[in-house]
Amino acid sequence: MDPMIRLILAQGMLGLNNGVFYAMLSLGLAVIFGLLNVVNFAHGALYMLGAFLALILYSYVGQWIGMADLHIGFWPALILAPLLVACFGMLIERFLLRRLYKLDPIYSLLLTFGITLVLQGLFINYFNASGTPYPGMPESMKGVTNLGFMMFPKYRLFVIIFSIVVCFVTWYVIERTRIGARLRAGTENPELVKAFGINVPLMVMLTFGFGTGLAGLAGVLAAPIYSVSPLMGANLIIVIFAVVVIGGMGSIAGAVITGFSLGLIEGVTKVFYAPAANTVIFLLMVIVLLVRPSGLFGRQG
Amino acid sequence: MVQAVFWVVLLGFLAIAPFFLYPVFVMQLLCFALFAAAFNLLIGFTGLLSFGHAAFFGGAAYVAGHVLKVWGFPPILGIIAGTLAAAAMGWVVGSLAIRRQGIYFAMITLALAQIVYFFALQMPFTGGEDGLQGIPRGNLLGIFNLSDPITMYYFVAAIFLVGFLAIYRIVHSPFGQVLQAIRENEPRALSLGYNVDRFKLLAFVLSAGLAGLAGSTKALVFQFASLTDAHWQMSGEVILMTLLGGMGTIFGPVVGAFIVVTLQHFLSGIGSWVQVVIGATFIACVLLFRRGIVGEIARLLRISSL
Repeated sequence: MDPMIRLILAQGMLGLNNGVFYAMLSLGLAVIFGLLNVVNFAHGALYMLGAFLALILYSYVGQWIGMADLHIGFWPALILAPLLVACFGMLIERFLLRRLYKLDPIYSLLLTFGITLVLQGLFINYFNASGTPYPGMPESMKGVTNLGFMMFPKYRLFVIIFSIVVCFVTWYVIERTRIGARLRAGTENPELVKAFGINVPLMVMLTFGFGTGLAGLAGVLAAPIYSVSPLMGANLIIVIFAVVVIGGMGSIAGAVITGFSLGLIEGVTKVFYAPAANTVIFLLMVIVLLVRPSGLFGRQG
Repeated sequence: MVQAVFWVVLLGFLAIAPFFLYPVFVMQLLCFALFAAAFNLLIGFTGLLSFGHAAFFGGAAYVAGHVLKVWGFPPILGIIAGTLAAAAMGWVVGSLAIRRQGIYFAMITLALAQIVYFFALQMPFTGGEDGLQGIPRGNLLGIFNLSDPITMYYFVAAIFLVGFLAIYRIVHSPFGQVLQAIRENEPRALSLGYNVDRFKLLAFVLSAGLAGLAGSTKALVFQFASLTDAHWQMSGEVILMTLLGGMGTIFGPVVGAFIVVTLQHFLSGIGSWVQVVIGATFIACVLLFRRGIVGEIARLLRISSL
């Protein structure tokens, strides 16, 4: 195979791997924004929290309960950590965000920004800013697979496939099932849905929990790939915002497709002009804004 | 009347502050107060939440630093260069961002500011992680030696006053009235025949330029420009200063900046707990007193503008 094509494919795969996180995070943001009209700035911090919970479950929980040999590994963490993040998210919604729904959405953006600072500050204090590698990578996921054009780490392949499944299931539930229909109706006209006897505040809380749980899940998936650090969500959240502006916040599928494609584009940019890889998503955002201000998949207005 | 009290306190403080406080600290206070007041021109009087103002503050610091250090220009020209560069950046960012409203506007300014941050990180003339160091203060008009802290202080105080008066003037002009009309009800302003986008853009450019004035001055005070000034967390801090003091009030941002900078100064010993404190203040402001300190005072005394 032509080495150039091989390089493009390889960087494309790695880019797709980053795209996983863009897709899952912007999906969570889209779900939350759809129902609550809240831009959750804390999404990056909750992603970081998910990664740290995986690390804590593996390295610290055993010591805390006096069983130094107990390491809660990756697979249990993949379920436990997102649930814990979701619970934390629901507490935020129930006790803080709920007070702001009647106001300009800017206030909830600022509130979640404050939460981000608090979480980041706490984790920097206890774990310092530089980051730790996650030690709990399961044995079955070590090693590489031959993709024909490159040797690709098994774990990264798993992450790509797993997240595609998660995104698809989320899309299916929201767009094609009865629960999803209620959710969507709740976003259109909460008063009317209430009249049908549906507990809208509870639904909102659960949705927020689900969206933040997705962020936590992305965090656990990221832990074995990137090092677990208090600032891992800080720069990602801005990329996610750009993804959201490009995709347009109206659609669930739009968030996922945009997320994966931008990861891919970013990866391929590395082949041609590496210094631009950091900024290519923002430049795309500028172009999309000029051509189609409401985003690629966005509703007008 | 109360407004007069605020003016007297402010001018009195400006006149005597360096004799009982560390001058560099007061200069830092003034730079951030001007930055917050410039930011407030946008959020408080036009209703636009920019989450990227650090780009203008930090970007101007780099430009001013480069002009002063590498080209050897006198201090005033350095500051003017930084201010104009920030206004030009503001024009570019503003024309893109006003295509969307509300939280989208915020996200776009944030993303564009991140491009500026990556430029500052990667371009050869910005010094990367180290930033620009050893920016010379030079001689003002060839007469006043700015290495003297007190001389430097009065120079900074003068810049602050000029910037602050400019903002006061803008807010109380017919132009400022139109901006407030846009903030209150944009469709109505549009239907009255105002070119809303042009007013918003002009407000954005003015706000960015004044933020740049603050950033250039800060570069001269501390003699360096660093990545921290351009980082998005700085954009967040200036929002907090404005929110804490009172959005849409004249004196609020100054009060807010004084509180936040003083807090950071005295809590610097506790490391990252400062961030936790700042974050908690943010949450408390949003939940408990959205009018901010000056805004609440104005409400208690039933004064419309403070």
